[in-house]
Amino acid sequence: MSPRLLPYALILPVTLFLCVFFLYPFILVSQQAFGSADGWSLEHFRDVVSYWKFPISMQNTLLLAAAVVPVQLALSLLMATMVTRMQKGRDLVLYVWTIPLGISDLAAGIIWLAIFEQSGFLNSMMVGIGAIDSPMPFLSYQNPGIIFLAIALAEIWRATAIMLVILVAGIGLIPKEYYEAAEVFGASPWQRFLRVTLPLLRPSLQTALILRVVLAFEVFAVVVALGGSQFPVLMSEIYAYQFDLQNSGAAAALALIVLAISIVFTLVILRALRVPKGATI
Amino acid sequence: MFTRVQMLGAAAALAVSAGDVAQADVLFWSTQARPAEEAQAMRDNVLDGFDGEVDFQPNEDGPWLTRLRAEIESGTGTIDVLGSLHGNFSAMNPDNLVDLGDMGVMAASETFNDLGRLGTDTLQYIPWMQATYLMAANREALQYLPEGADIDALSYDELIAWTANVEEATGEAKFGFPAGPDGLKHRFFQGYLYPSYTNGVVRTFASDAAVTAWEAFRELWEHTNPASTNYAFMQEQLLSGDAWIVFDHSSRLAQAFNERPDDFVAFPAPAGPEGRGFMPVLAGLAIPETAPDQDEAKALIEYLMKPEIQIETLRATGFFPVVNVEFPDDLPPSVQAAGAAISAMSGAPDANPGLLPAGLGEMGGDFNRVYVDTFERIILGGQDIRTVLDDQKGRLAEIMQETGAPCWAPDAPSDGACPVE
Amino acid sequence: MTHASMAAPAPKTEPNPTPVTPVRNSGRYLYAATVILLCAWVLVPLYFLLVNTLSSPEQVSTFPKSFIPEFDLGSLQFFAGFQGILNALKNSIIVASMTMVMSILFGAPAGYALSRFEFRGKETFRVLILLTRAFPLPLLALPLAVLFIRTGLDDTTFGLALVHTTLALPFAVLITFSLFSGIPVELEEAAWTLGCTRFTAFTKVVLPLILPGITASAIFAFVISWNEVFAAAVLTIENRTLTAFLLQTLGEAPLHLKFAGGFILVVPALIFIFAVRKYLFSMWGIANR
Repeated sequence: MSPRLLPYALILPVTLFLCVFFLYPFILVSQQAFGSADGWSLEHFRDVVSYWKFPISMQNTLLLAAAVVPVQLALSLLMATMVTRMQKGRDLVLYVWTIPLGISDLAAGIIWLAIFEQSGFLNSMMVGIGAIDSPMPFLSYQNPGIIFLAIALAEIWRATAIMLVILVAGIGLIPKEYYEAAEVFGASPWQRFLRVTLPLLRPSLQTALILRVVLAFEVFAVVVALGGSQFPVLMSEIYAYQFDLQNSGAAAALALIVLAISIVFTLVILRALRVPKGATI
Repeated sequence: MFTRVQMLGAAAALAVSAGDVAQADVLFWSTQARPAEEAQAMRDNVLDGFDGEVDFQPNEDGPWLTRLRAEIESGTGTIDVLGSLHGNFSAMNPDNLVDLGDMGVMAASETFNDLGRLGTDTLQYIPWMQATYLMAANREALQYLPEGADIDALSYDELIAWTANVEEATGEAKFGFPAGPDGLKHRFFQGYLYPSYTNGVVRTFASDAAVTAWEAFRELWEHTNPASTNYAFMQEQLLSGDAWIVFDHSSRLAQAFNERPDDFVAFPAPAGPEGRGFMPVLAGLAIPETAPDQDEAKALIEYLMKPEIQIETLRATGFFPVVNVEFPDDLPPSVQAAGAAISAMSGAPDANPGLLPAGLGEMGGDFNRVYVDTFERIILGGQDIRTVLDDQKGRLAEIMQETGAPCWAPDAPSDGACPVE
Repeated sequence: MTHASMAAPAPKTEPNPTPVTPVRNSGRYLYAATVILLCAWVLVPLYFLLVNTLSSPEQVSTFPKSFIPEFDLGSLQFFAGFQGILNALKNSIIVASMTMVMSILFGAPAGYALSRFEFRGKETFRVLILLTRAFPLPLLALPLAVLFIRTGLDDTTFGLALVHTTLALPFAVLITFSLFSGIPVELEEAAWTLGCTRFTAFTKVVLPLILPGITASAIFAFVISWNEVFAAAVLTIENRTLTAFLLQTLGEAPLHLKFAGGFILVVPALIFIFAVRKYLFSMWGIANR
């Protein structure tokens, strides 16, 4: 096959697949967002944007992503470098660190609610060691800060492994000769990390970050479990439109807004972590 | 190596999935009896006596609705019988449901049957079972009842005083209210607070009496566990002791009574200046037009309406019969407690029963949202009551105008759409 | 937290072949303490889930909570007696396996193309791939269900696997892309000059290198499929997956069953990750050290 056509042949299966199982339903749903009683209109977009909870849920979603993703990035980088340096028990440690990957967000919500609720494990522990006399309602509407913190912790716990797995696989591909050379020139571990690991890890970093950010905008089950009615996010609003209000047009419009935000952030990350042409390292 | 093994597995899997297609069970697609134990009891104790195989599948509203819509849209179905709440049926187009008026079974209450007609002249769904919302309390809280208060005839003021006493004594706010995203808070406002204070729901939405109602609720909220914004099933907080006095759907309290029957009491909702407002929960059975076996579906509905099966359903789900039955003595503790509280509530001299919203069609969710938003803005957001009511009033009037829904009790009847005064 | 402080001195007992400077030594302690702290961070919440799973209904709602399980198997037994649970487990495994195979089969070639070729529409393609993860599936489920009912794919494990593959493909494509990018193209070229075709160069040289990437994609595909509940609840009736079977009833189940159900769902996924974890390490990068 001619080299000019080969890449297209390679992406053809996935393209066809996604056209049938994603693009086709996506177009049908998107049409509803622009539909109204009299032809095409932006009515649904106006409706969802003017609803009083829209700015709150938008702000909550963005703030949560801004708080969680950088921590996860740093944490997964730390874990990935640590696990690759490890001589003993590497398999086991990596396994433990990837465990949250296997836990659905619904189950993660149940687990963390059991920790933070009033008669939960955290209160049991604090009463047990005498730090407080009676259990505190952590997830109370009066402490939005604690609710935010609890959600952020649960999200960091649940979704750091997604980045970790990608970074571990990526670090493994960095030839050890680069490190040896760096050591010969007297580079400290920190310099080696900055000058060798980070630049060579760029493709993996890019992928991990994009996937994580896109998923962060769709955060839902953990937030609902811990935040209750006090922490609306964009995704919970989409579900409310779709199923409580049975207003598919509005749900689709809001989902398209989330999609647009995701695309913007994806493009920013793609630009910031551009992988050099030719993809050689 | 690894992938090769997996591929073999998948090939085998394909063969398996192609194999089991044949099935003739009646598919019972329900939003009720979802909790694992209730679903199991439905299968083992209620449906096993049916002459034929029933596949009982409870689902959350989202998947329930999506699947049903997909079958209706494609014109071919697998669902035979639908079991759900009035609200879900009223949001459907009656043309998509089989007319059931000629079946010869219906509820004992003509009010319920009328709801089941969905505004047409024949039954679109058969009323199946009913429940209501109740109060429940930990027995330890009883000692703090205000002097002279009768727990079976409480007023809102007495309830507030009671919760205040409890907070004073224990140092914790121990009233529990299901204000979480899955909690049924809107029903409290529509069926309890508003009727008790304003003798209406829609007409009186922004009246002066409504301002008083919200002021009272705000006072009650001061003695409410601040974690209530996470609560959805008050049985959990009753059992854990996070809340001592609670309001919720009777079936969302059941586990507390069944687990520790001696620790809790159930009692009627409180009364306001306009009486003791309360509202029923009604579940119904229907057959979608796309049902593959409508005769079997009808046979299943007839079976479920038999008095003895209605009793079994009560045991399984905590929902009460809609036909006339003789109650046996060995009902579960939750049913006994709820039953006594319900008769005290409906038999009270100041009883002010309300009806379920009707005629709202698919705007039912928007209607609920008006009340939830009002709550969130006034109570959680701390906004001025009068301002919020005047603001939300416009949205409510729009919904009523758009649907043309006439007033329902306790609002006075209207010609045409129910007006917001 | 207590774990870390108790276990931190552990490296002291290990024989140290070379004398180390105090600075190095304290660095080692810090390193070990960090590893243990991070392990505890992951494990402690899971331990709480285990405690609650093995507690009687009364124990689950008492306060203060015990930190030691009482080994009450009642909640687990309830699910063991749940009608159809084994069949649901089987379906879940089938769907997850098919999802894994399909997402790698379709995804890896595209990842290779992205990493090795410059072609028109490449960026558009990458963004399009991502869109599939940026739009909520529950909204897409209705048109998909209509499509499936009309084509007869409805209520088959294969049909559900197709939807799950859609969810897993972006992971497969992007992960294989980033890992192919990490492999110097010179390596392949060297193989060509030694008489390999593009295909044999791929199987003999590249494939062993990208096994970690394939494994990572496989893990993602498996857990995405395993934990997906909405499409599973809408698109399957007779062939329910375990998640659709359990998870949607958990929201309203009594607390002790919630925890037990969550636990039952977590275990198979953990076994799977355990089984494939070693393939996550590259053959020549760190494995040789």
